[in-house]
Amino acid sequence: MSSIKTFIADFGWPRIIIALFLLSLFVAAPIVGVDLGASIGDVLNRFGQNAIMVLALVPMVQSGCGLNFGLPIGILAGLLGSTITMQLGLTGLTGLLVAILITIVFGVIFGYLYGKLLNNVKGEEMTIAMYVGFSAVMLFSILWLVLPFNKADLVMGYAGEGLRRSIALEDYWGKLLNNFGQFSIGGTPIPTGLLLFVGLCVFFVYVFMRTRTGTAMTAVGSNPDFARASGVSVERMRTVSTVVSTVLGGIGILAYQQSFGWVQVYDAPLFMAFPAVSALLIGGASVTKASMVNVVLGTFLFQGILTMTPSVINNVLKNELSEVIRIIVTNGMIIYALTRKTKVAK
Amino acid sequence: MSTGTRLLSLRGISKEFYGNVVLEDISFDLDRGQIIGLVGENGAGKTTLMRILFGMPVIAETGGFNGTIELDGQPVAFKTPFDALDAGIGMVHQEFSLIPGFSTTENIALNRESLKTNFACDIFGKRMSVLDRVTMRERAVKAIHTLGVKLDPDMLVSEMPVGHKQFTEIAREIDRKNVKLLVLDEPTAVLTETEAEVLLSSMRALAAQGISIIFISHRLHEITKVADKIVVLRDGKIVKDVPVAGVSVQDIAAWMVGRDVKTKAAHLSVCKDSVYLNVEHLWVDMPGETVRDVSFQVMEGEIFGIGGLAGQGKLGIANGVMGLFPAGGQVTVGGQDVILNNPHAALNSDIAFVSEDRRGVGLLLDESLEWNIAFTAMQAKRQHLIPVLGGLFSVRDEKSMKALALEYIESLEIRCTGPRQRAKELSGGNQQKICLAKAFALKPKLLFVSEPTRGIDVGAKAIVLETLRAYNRDYGMTIVMISSELEELRSICHRVAIVDEGKIAGILPPTADVAQFGLLMSGLGAGKNGDAA
Repeated sequence: MSSIKTFIADFGWPRIIIALFLLSLFVAAPIVGVDLGASIGDVLNRFGQNAIMVLALVPMVQSGCGLNFGLPIGILAGLLGSTITMQLGLTGLTGLLVAILITIVFGVIFGYLYGKLLNNVKGEEMTIAMYVGFSAVMLFSILWLVLPFNKADLVMGYAGEGLRRSIALEDYWGKLLNNFGQFSIGGTPIPTGLLLFVGLCVFFVYVFMRTRTGTAMTAVGSNPDFARASGVSVERMRTVSTVVSTVLGGIGILAYQQSFGWVQVYDAPLFMAFPAVSALLIGGASVTKASMVNVVLGTFLFQGILTMTPSVINNVLKNELSEVIRIIVTNGMIIYALTRKTKVAK
Repeated sequence: MSTGTRLLSLRGISKEFYGNVVLEDISFDLDRGQIIGLVGENGAGKTTLMRILFGMPVIAETGGFNGTIELDGQPVAFKTPFDALDAGIGMVHQEFSLIPGFSTTENIALNRESLKTNFACDIFGKRMSVLDRVTMRERAVKAIHTLGVKLDPDMLVSEMPVGHKQFTEIAREIDRKNVKLLVLDEPTAVLTETEAEVLLSSMRALAAQGISIIFISHRLHEITKVADKIVVLRDGKIVKDVPVAGVSVQDIAAWMVGRDVKTKAAHLSVCKDSVYLNVEHLWVDMPGETVRDVSFQVMEGEIFGIGGLAGQGKLGIANGVMGLFPAGGQVTVGGQDVILNNPHAALNSDIAFVSEDRRGVGLLLDESLEWNIAFTAMQAKRQHLIPVLGGLFSVRDEKSMKALALEYIESLEIRCTGPRQRAKELSGGNQQKICLAKAFALKPKLLFVSEPTRGIDVGAKAIVLETLRAYNRDYGMTIVMISSELEELRSICHRVAIVDEGKIAGILPPTADVAQFGLLMSGLGAGKNGDAA
């Protein structure tokens, strides 16, 4: 009995409730006439699409910069990576690798500047980050119009300049990872390549957090004065964590795009940070501590609910309630975690 | 001037915080118009005693106190400071509680303003009345006059020199109608010599009008000058309660710091002749512990003690050398210059530091003991790491971290459930041992320990001091120990320096007379050349 209690305390009621809700959706799916196999395939796919962006939040949480609401900055680096590569006409695996490379270059530059900024607003990172993210997206909305892109399938039809809102990736590297080694189990397609790529990134962050730098980063988040007295540069560690987070955000959007099949620019990145933050919190992370388990579990639960509610609930209620539920879950989880901030930290 | 009628008597006051006795059987009397000088080292219990007298809520929250307080022959037990105020007790704290944007008058009359009623009061009640500024100003002038000082009643507090702020605080207390007793907690600490002189004469003037004063000060010559009677607290007990006549500053100093038991000079290690640490003209900008100009030398293998009262800068020395606060001057260790303002460089000069701020700087409270002990060695010395991919990068070596933690848990007798327990779950004494383990893990040649026994129990204290002594004896580690507890310094150090007002007031051998230490602490040292050991 006591072991059940400690399990609940460790796992947390919110997660248990959400897990039970997700389970009930899976149980209800066949009853209301939804194809369970396809649904599970969807959940796995969306898990792969979003997991790296959730993962991108971890370094900054660990270094004490809070939840990275400025994730769109990383996403912009990723958008630059993919659009420039497409402009260069590179396709297939080469295209994807070059896109990753360009994303890393821009991610490092953006992350460095963003990190410097956050070092000047210690204690208010999350609020500032959100507005920095918003502003950057809007600034880039102008840039997408004026940057010298001229490839026919990238730019707007009549003007001949300025990027389209959505650019098809089909002829470049769309579904490249999804289709790599894909197989089906009883009608459920498994996006092997995508899941492997996610696994690789998770492993990278796992190892990174165990390096000397990663350890210093965690200590900075845990007690900056202690870290400083141990000869660690607090500012530098925070900047490094922001750079890693920004680069991962960029790579995350690349994985998202190839699976989704479209590159979306202009205001599309605006609210990308919220589902990621919410997923991490559902996974059991706090504002000051996050682990790989939080990332994987949280993304699965969050995306599971997101995928299953439309198909199941809409079939039952015949209306668009699912969108409402999605918003309540996303933002409710963020509020819950932020109000618990002090409790979790001490 | 004492008029012989009893105003206040304390009988058998005792107080403990969580089983830690801070006051034991305190009894003394105070007559009308009498000034009592209350002295004692930091932590002797002065503040707690005043809190009890003043009915501060913190006392009731921590279990109340034993004993009785009688005011004017009536037993009283104040539940809140407001009750104490109503009974005619005024208190001036070390920190100012004035509103900077208000004038002297407004501050003096704050919350007791003279009011004028108008027609709105008839409808909406008293809250609509307006300030009667003329009467308020008269009251302020009267209070200032009673004090016997020159204060502009219309000056804004933000524009005043520090001394005037202090006078405003006192004027506010005596503006109360029935004030009988004033408690002044180190009122002269922020004043210049002349301002202090003025304050002392105003205290005399107040006493002449029948107001009794409890005067707390570290400046012993002020006590001898102004007080009628002196009460010396040490370790929560009254050691002396005598009329001030015929008492010298030296006597008070000896009562304050002295122990009845003669300290045995423990078998100290023999230190070498070579200078290991040389500090010249060090200044450190550490808030509340400013170091102005400090020079000293520490021999190789020596345990060098630094004592002095709180706020005089003794803590700043170690923090400055370690690069934790802005500092300047010249510091050499083992013949090599230490780069200041750079913690990493200091650690690489084979120096380690045990901070006085255990929970704030010393520990990662939310992390495991392994992390706490091994982290600094990992970051500064690149130990406990496993190289990966031919040294391209390295990851932490959890096995060696655990081994290190276990080694120190055993050797320092750290009580814990294991190396994975989180630091915040340990008791104060064991946390302090973790801090020591962290420093020892760096294998330093020079160790700064700041307040190593603050807030830990007697048993842990003994282990901590014995450990320091053992490392000094067995490994020849040079130690600079900074402590507020003079006895402790005298029991373990080869030499003890006393810091006063950001400078070294003098360096004495531990065998020197306690009175000499007391004099140095009170800024009355034998002169800058000091009695070098």
